[in-house]
Amino acid sequence: MTGIILLAIYVALFVGSMLAVGFAMRGRQPRDFTALKTVTFGDESAVRPNRVASIISVVVIFLLWAAFTGSSLSPLHVPGPFLGETRFAYTAANEAGETDEAEVALVVHEQGAAVEPPEIGEGDGFALNDSGQIVAYRTELLRVTGNDGEGARVVAVNGQPIEAGGTVAIEGGIVGLTPRGSLTVTPDRGLQMEPIWLPSPERVWDALTTIATEGYQNVPLLEHLGFSLFRVLVGFLLGAIVGIPLGYAMGLSGWFRGWFDPIVEFMRPVPPLALIPLVIIWFGIWESGKIVLLFLAALWIMAIAARSGVSGVAIAKVHAAYSLGASKWQILRHVIIPNSLPEIFTGARVAMGVCWGTVVAAELVAAQKGAGMMIIAASKFQRTDIVIMGIILIGLIGFGIDILMRKAETWLVPWKGRA
Amino acid sequence: MSGLSIEGVSMRFDLPGGGHVQALKDVSLDLADGELLSVLGPSGCGKTTLLNIVAGFLAPTDGRIVLHGNRVSGPSAERGMVFQQGALFEWMSVRDNVEFGPRMKGMPAKERRSGADHLLDITGLGAFKEKAIYELSGGMQQRVALARCLANDPDVILMDEPLGALDALTREKMQGLVLKLWKETGKTIILITHSVEEALLLGERLLVMAPRPGRIHREYRLPFAEAGVNEDLRQVKKMPDFATRREEILSMIWEMEEEIMGRTETA
Repeated sequence: MTGIILLAIYVALFVGSMLAVGFAMRGRQPRDFTALKTVTFGDESAVRPNRVASIISVVVIFLLWAAFTGSSLSPLHVPGPFLGETRFAYTAANEAGETDEAEVALVVHEQGAAVEPPEIGEGDGFALNDSGQIVAYRTELLRVTGNDGEGARVVAVNGQPIEAGGTVAIEGGIVGLTPRGSLTVTPDRGLQMEPIWLPSPERVWDALTTIATEGYQNVPLLEHLGFSLFRVLVGFLLGAIVGIPLGYAMGLSGWFRGWFDPIVEFMRPVPPLALIPLVIIWFGIWESGKIVLLFLAALWIMAIAARSGVSGVAIAKVHAAYSLGASKWQILRHVIIPNSLPEIFTGARVAMGVCWGTVVAAELVAAQKGAGMMIIAASKFQRTDIVIMGIILIGLIGFGIDILMRKAETWLVPWKGRA
Repeated sequence: MSGLSIEGVSMRFDLPGGGHVQALKDVSLDLADGELLSVLGPSGCGKTTLLNIVAGFLAPTDGRIVLHGNRVSGPSAERGMVFQQGALFEWMSVRDNVEFGPRMKGMPAKERRSGADHLLDITGLGAFKEKAIYELSGGMQQRVALARCLANDPDVILMDEPLGALDALTREKMQGLVLKLWKETGKTIILITHSVEEALLLGERLLVMAPRPGRIHREYRLPFAEAGVNEDLRQVKKMPDFATRREEILSMIWEMEEEIMGRTETA
């Protein structure tokens, strides 16, 4: 139910902001070449991301997150769980057939809050008043007839007759009758997410600041992240150091190509995650195991990138270099290697992405430090706030790695795609 | 015999499905030092194969190439090559491209630098020395290719349709540049082209090749290249002989093309 409402609001915000921005920007389109094109549909070059949409998109995600978790970041919220005091009356019947009414006073409070049950007098008749407290989102079992004498049973709630299995709506919740004569009180949950499913943004922020200052499981946050990054870097570098020369050899020698083709082509489609069990058996769960796994993840990608970089050299360039008097070694050094760099960079970007994903997965399986270990350990203690914080950090770091690789690419191989 | 000799060169390519293609059959030719030969012919007549054999990229099945008394057995710096396009090194600046050959030979930086500067100036690239290759237009890139080849001071320059990818106007300017460089450097040049006009303008000697098997069909000695060194190329094109020769060669190539078409249709 909440999901459908969430989706409907999301679609409405998408369409609404598109129309609103379109209306606001009306007549203020940048007058560049694209603005003068009459054919923009189907012209890929005319489609550029609307950065206003990107900003709104991120804002919308945070707003919805805040609105559905009761966060103070959003001015509007979907209805939250019922909190505070509620009362209802029940009618008890005893064995003699007499009936008497009594009241139940309840307080619904957030988890962890110290709340006293509300004060209520004893009342009159044989049925006595009761009080209790309920944690929001929970259902409480009340034996209201426990103080009403032998054989008393509930026959009505708020004047409405009730039978075993039936329910009656009260202010702020629902009261049901169990077959054994107890009442169950379920306070209204509202549409907001329970913190254990989705904590509010400020809870996640709190988790971040706490862990950033105090660390998680006696290890500072930066050490967790640093260990993951260290594994990725070492694994990737080892993979590149072995993979690139292997790719070159495969691109330059028929024997190497023939020898390693079956191995590379077989290993390439095997997802690194499928190797985790074997790597753990062979190398254990410590650093060496993870680095071997990441090495294998990067190796084939780098070998294939280097191989296609070598194979992709235009024969005219090699011929030109020969007829300018270059030796084989000089051609390798001055023509083949620089010519293959754009391909190798593309491979390196892919490999870094795969390594980052693999390290997190490997840490989920077994690790004492690391971003993946942090979220799997937090999930065991139902610390969803730490899980979400970890996911966000992992995403940001992965994104940051890719941006750095792209910057390095434009700096180191400016001729890429411009030959 | 001084200069470049092509002695009875034949080239046969075996096809993967059995059978073979006779790309060249018994081609013989002598070029004196400093001669400019243009080679013309319908597609498939083996022009490029011949050039690749002279360059040393291909070994002929029969015959041999002799340059200044030495048999050619592979590519070397004495036979420079200018390609149609895509043979420049994008990862180097214009200057580094031009200095490539001397650098491979181990020439001191100072020396090769002044040589490159001179060549870039006479090819009209003085203002673009430090630019990247991909920042240049197609015509300028071919100037770099010419300068790069000349920087290596080869005995023979082989040009495989060097101006084929250029627009008409740029092409005309480049034709003037080729003639100027030929006269100034006195190099032996073999130039392959698809354009009859270009072959007439630039060829001191002109070779018309015939296909299937690739062979020399006719050879001309022409005055236009010599005239073009001193005169505007448009004036050369207006010479009475020029039009006659052009018509003659055009119809010759047309006939060959039609013969090929007819043969493939009856086959």
